Amino acid sequence: MNKYTNPNGELALKKRSINKQPMDNHSILSAKNVDVFYGEKQALFDVNLELTANSVTSLIGPSGCGKSTLLRCFNRMNDVISTCKVMGSIKLDGQDIHDKKVDVVSLRQKVGMVFQKPNPFPKSIFENVAYGPKIHGLAKSSRELEEIVEKSLRRAGLWEEVKDRLEQPGTGLSGGQQQRLCIARAIAVSPEVILMDEPCSALDPIATAIVEELIDELREKYTIVIVTHSMQQAARVSQQTAFFHLGYMVEFGETDAIFTTPKDERTQNYITGRIG
Amino acid sequence: MTNIFKVRGGNNLKRHKVEKRFRVYGMIAIATSLAFLVIMVGSITLRGAPAFKQSFIKIEMHIPAEKFNKNALQNSRFVSYLKETLRAMYPDVKTRKDKKQLFRLVSSNAEYTIRDAVIANPELIGKTHNFWVRTSSDIDMYLKGYVDENLPQSERRISDQQVKWIADLKKANRIEVRFNTQFLTGGDSREPEQAGVFGAVIGSALSLFVCFIIAFPIGVLAAVYLEEFATKNKISRIFEVNINNLAAVPSIVFGLLGLAIFLNFFGLPRSTPLVGGLVLALMTLPTIIIASRASLRAVPPSIREAAIGLGASKVQTTFHHVVPLAMPGMLTGTILGMAQALGETAPLLMIGMVAFIVDVPTSITDAATALPVQIFLWADSPERGFMEKTSAAIIVLLMFLVLMNLAAIILRRRLERRW
Ligand SMILES: Nc1ncnc2c1ncn2[C@@H]1O[C@H](COP(=O)(O)OP(=O)(O)O)[C@@H](O)[C@H]1O
Ligand SMILES: [Mg+2]
Repeated sequence: MNKYTNPNGELALKKRSINKQPMDNHSILSAKNVDVFYGEKQALFDVNLELTANSVTSLIGPSGCGKSTLLRCFNRMNDVISTCKVMGSIKLDGQDIHDKKVDVVSLRQKVGMVFQKPNPFPKSIFENVAYGPKIHGLAKSSRELEEIVEKSLRRAGLWEEVKDRLEQPGTGLSGGQQQRLCIARAIAVSPEVILMDEPCSALDPIATAIVEELIDELREKYTIVIVTHSMQQAARVSQQTAFFHLGYMVEFGETDAIFTTPKDERTQNYITGRIG
Repeated sequence: MTNIFKVRGGNNLKRHKVEKRFRVYGMIAIATSLAFLVIMVGSITLRGAPAFKQSFIKIEMHIPAEKFNKNALQNSRFVSYLKETLRAMYPDVKTRKDKKQLFRLVSSNAEYTIRDAVIANPELIGKTHNFWVRTSSDIDMYLKGYVDENLPQSERRISDQQVKWIADLKKANRIEVRFNTQFLTGGDSREPEQAGVFGAVIGSALSLFVCFIIAFPIGVLAAVYLEEFATKNKISRIFEVNINNLAAVPSIVFGLLGLAIFLNFFGLPRSTPLVGGLVLALMTLPTIIIASRASLRAVPPSIREAAIGLGASKVQTTFHHVVPLAMPGMLTGTILGMAQALGETAPLLMIGMVAFIVDVPTSITDAATALPVQIFLWADSPERGFMEKTSAAIIVLLMFLVLMNLAAIILRRRLERRW
């Protein structure tokens, strides 16, 4: 059983300081001079950001400051919003994701996403995880597909809980399990980057602790960008933190540094609870 | 201390009264509409129910072996032997007028009843057998109590002589009232006692089949395109407004359109379920599109985001996830649209499905009529016997409607994900 399921949740809130050092320092995702417009309204102003591989970066800031907007730029989810226009350059492994030759489908395979509200498909647990590999043709046989599903569910820490009921609907799971199912679904297509938009805001504290621990484990294989409105969460799971305010990226750096010695006054005000 | 009990006068009491009054109005409205419904269904049932019964006369008849060939029964005429038998039953009938009245006891189609019985059982040739044949509609009406015997003979359609014969036959147990299977299994006829709705039911069913085959795929695809793919701009809004307007166009206009396009331009066969179904498809298309769009819109956006986030294309997202989730709503909308089409008469009149057709159609290119048109035709007939048939056909139409609505409910229950 997971050690974080204890009813007090004390362990869960402990800082995992041993994981604070990034394992690899090469940059995987970078944003340069990114401006985003929704029609006439500008949502992001000149954002510059470098994400290192195998690390967790959290985006914090008051509601409406453009965190989700930036996140959705990374896998071009903003394409589906007709009014949304993204300027500047975003590079994944050195390739411009807005290049005409880029296939959005492969981009989204490389950059997966987990949403605020758990949104499993109204299909079986198995189908939920198998859907991505199926449409990307990642499994050559049903045997291979089953292996991918099991591996993904194991990585998401859900296998033991659902292995006997893979045919049951994914929507019948608890909120926390549903969110881990969504994470399993995202990692089933072997992404490099996983974007998470407030993945715990609809979960109770115990489920939150489990997902947080999972994020920490996933760092070994993936690069994670997480939007969160909880500063404690940012401190617990991330190595880098970016603070946003009114569409500007105010500060970006080591999480410890941001929370202990913020350089900007606005960051200081936000983490001490004066703006939010 | 605050007082939470009702106080006399003041704002609270007034509010209470208004609320009470509103509830009373609501209940009156519901009771009124229920009363109308009960009166309508009740009166139709009362009038139509007797049509499911038909009186029969037992006639003992000899089938002479030397006159009938086992292999040519289809074209044999039994009418002269029937008349001979009837004359033999009443030897004292001498005048032409009396004979005519005697023959009018039985349906003018009685010879076919006998023929069919002999075809079904050729052993009867050369033997004497008791045949049960239909009474004529006038006699049937009299037996059902629709004729006032106190009227002078000249003012009713049945003579004193016939009344006497019937009384005698009844005494001899030669008259029986049976369930009228012909009404449910036969086609139309000039004789009310012989007429059935089955031809019209099949005509309606075939038309609806064509309507479904055409309108459902087109309607669903149009809705999917408009809802999921089309960019929302001025042109798509114009489309939307026009589709909504199309739903309100009087159905006879669609009939005229069908006449001009399907019959005159494409030269499709007149009076057929094929053309009827096409016209009904035109008519139900807007309904299906509107219902389908509503059920597509009801699919949570988070499902689309999940699929797109995984790298599914727009088409994959739509057809793997969104359309299956919207399907129950789409089917329900379609069936309700078709139920509406089932009751349409005017467009079918325009394309000639109003002809008198005896044979039950077997394909979509056979000439046919439809249930509401059959009702219209019978309601227009002067014979007393068609009056009850009209109401009975309405009962059948209502049953058809109830069945379709039931199908919609069952389909929705079946397809609806229980998770
Ligand atoms: N689809 C959209 N259309 C128009 N404006 C939007 C849309 N999505 C977000 N915005 C606007 O962009 C700004 C940033 O939003 P968002 O990125 O969702 O903020 P956050 O996630 O930080 O709360 C907000 O002012 C919001 O109103
Ligand atoms: Mg957000």
